[in-house]
Amino acid sequence: MIHMWLPLTLVCVLAGAGAYGVMARRNAVLVLIGVELMLNAANLLFVTMGSVLNDTLRTGQVLTLFLITIAAAEMGVALAVILALFRDRGHIDLSEPGS
Amino acid sequence: MTTLDLLFGAVGLITAASAILAVTTQHLVHAALWLVVTLGTLAGCYLILGAELVALVQLLVYVGAVVVLVLFALMLTRAPMGPSPEHSSSAVQRIAAALMGAGTSALFASVLLPALGGDLRTPRPGDTKGIATQLFGAWVWPFELLSLLLLMALIAALAVSRMPSKPSKASASTIQELPVEVTSA
Repeated sequence: MIHMWLPLTLVCVLAGAGAYGVMARRNAVLVLIGVELMLNAANLLFVTMGSVLNDTLRTGQVLTLFLITIAAAEMGVALAVILALFRDRGHIDLSEPGS
Repeated sequence: MTTLDLLFGAVGLITAASAILAVTTQHLVHAALWLVVTLGTLAGCYLILGAELVALVQLLVYVGAVVVLVLFALMLTRAPMGPSPEHSSSAVQRIAAALMGAGTSALFASVLLPALGGDLRTPRPGDTKGIATQLFGAWVWPFELLSLLLLMALIAALAVSRMPSKPSKASASTIQELPVEVTSA
């Protein structure tokens, strides 16, 4: 038995921290860390709901596995873009205009 | 308070604290290492909620692969090792971002907590065989599409990283419109 407000509060905290990271950081890799935190908030919500609701298709856990895969693919492409940006500009500071 | 409450409270507190540290620390490398703590304890949360397959995949893919990618990116972009306050944004931007982050949290809380927050539920025990049956039964086409997505991401990452750093002749017309000091830099 678990009180539902515990995982739901953790979802809220993770989503808020991720949103803060995306908006407050200047380094592109640190912005990606914020995106990862928001994706993990979604994952935790999927797992929580899949674990306490009665779904016969196991939607919560299956969609979490899908989302983990999509996040890994997104991370690979995003880091390739960041490295290309670094080669082109010499820095990955998002607050400075590109050349 | 039940046993699961206590366990989830302890692990969830570490998760929340390390998530907030990961987005606020001044050390670039420490942010990636706090991300390791966040993702690892989140796997513990999944374990408490009875999803042991997802917890193991989280450890393998996130802590094993994604964080290594992040650390590689930090190294390849010559991230400084010490604290780097010159990389942090202005106080106004940070306060605005904190307000927006708190607003996001409040929005999620206002939707989720009244709907289910007071409930006392029993997490279903992890059923790996049932998940496998559903994954290769009802979810098999999304699963196959996902392998296509991974292939596309692999090719896209290769193509982006092999892009020539100097602009080619075809895009020279857009370069000429820029100021001289920018193109010579």
